[in-house]
Amino acid sequence: MSRERTYQTEAVVLRRRNWGEADRILTLFTPLRGKIRVRAVGVRKPASRKAGHLELFHRATLFLAKGRDFDIITQAETVEAYSPLREDLIGSAAASYAVELLDRLSPEESENAAAYRLLVRTLEQLSAGGDPALALRCYDLKLLEYSGYKPELSLCTVCGGEIRAEDQFFSPARGGAVCPRCADRAEGRFPVTLAALKVLRHIQRSELEEALQLPVGKSTLEELESILQRYIQYLLESPMRSRKFYSEVSRPRGEGGV
Amino acid sequence: MTLPKPVSRLIEQFQRLPGVGPKTASRLVYHLLRVPEEQARNLGEALLDLHAQTRFCSVCFNITDVSTDPCAVCRDDKRDGSLLCVVEAPLDVQAVERAQGFHGRYHVLHGAISPVEGIGPENLKIGELVERVRKGGVQEVILATNPSMEGEATAMYIHRALQGQGVRVTRLARGLPVGGDLEYTDETTLAKALEGRSAM
Repeated sequence: MSRERTYQTEAVVLRRRNWGEADRILTLFTPLRGKIRVRAVGVRKPASRKAGHLELFHRATLFLAKGRDFDIITQAETVEAYSPLREDLIGSAAASYAVELLDRLSPEESENAAAYRLLVRTLEQLSAGGDPALALRCYDLKLLEYSGYKPELSLCTVCGGEIRAEDQFFSPARGGAVCPRCADRAEGRFPVTLAALKVLRHIQRSELEEALQLPVGKSTLEELESILQRYIQYLLESPMRSRKFYSEVSRPRGEGGV
Repeated sequence: MTLPKPVSRLIEQFQRLPGVGPKTASRLVYHLLRVPEEQARNLGEALLDLHAQTRFCSVCFNITDVSTDPCAVCRDDKRDGSLLCVVEAPLDVQAVERAQGFHGRYHVLHGAISPVEGIGPENLKIGELVERVRKGGVQEVILATNPSMEGEATAMYIHRALQGQGVRVTRLARGLPVGGDLEYTDETTLAKALEGRSAM
């Protein structure tokens, strides 16, 4: 870092929490510094010039001044507000999931430009009103990869042998697929269908835009979610908080949905 | 230097308050050491009463006296019971009251939905609101949650939960603040202000 007292960066707002009389501490994700926490002074006052640019999920250009504990936002200008999310309960719940996963997988001050681009493209996708179910699974897989937790899906994580065209197992502790012959030797493993494994491998190999076009049936999507959630929960050592709300609002009315 | 136990204990307690750091806390404590004992005692008693003498109103969940449940607003016959203003926090009730334009009743949610922080509808007084509307007598529910992402999500969620109840559900208008500056207004607010413009 240079020793300049002020700097400029683009950022997406991941989390916010009230601080003092009218301030907020924001958790931001930036392309070059990764996750950072900064202070936005006076943004809870109605006449604040910055408040409208620093909403949750907003992508903004910020000017910051170095502070003692937190850097302080001096100017903010929206790049993209993803406004449709404000009127879409399922979309905003999905976006909450996306920012929570990034927040929990990322250490502070650790550059991850690929993760930043992935977040921006996923927010675009969600705000364009597409079905979040596949978008979130692509996001899961890509983000795991960019954060250093890419699941191994081509080779058995126990014997190293190639994964063949048959139903397999997945072990969160081993970080990938386990072939039926080694299943007994992998703790916490659970079965996965060949169909689900193929989709996971396809998403892993493809560019995001291409992966999003993939036709995936409802039951396979549900299996993908279950596999990835078990893996993510293992890595985070606790469940994703926003998942419960997302599941509740994305279920149709009458099936336990609101 | 080690401080006498009662002094350090109070400093510690003051530091837990929002916006109070170690310096302010010490200053407050040493100030209280100098004031007449009666004044300090009054403060202490007021603090004790705060929890012992208040409760949530069983109808609107605003803060009220233990002896006044339902609260004064819920009891007031002059207020319009068919009009319900839903807010996030008790302080928001004060804010709406100050505006002097509202004569209905309130419902305090005690928070807003924030999936990232793990706050879901079940942690708020939303079930109680739906039940209150279901009992009848309410014609319009005004969703006055904050115009933040969390407030919007809460409003959308309540709107969905109230569907089929035969009540009119409205949302506070969004626009430019008095004394604001067009040049510094964000796109979302400006778009909403244009959408909600009114004839002069």
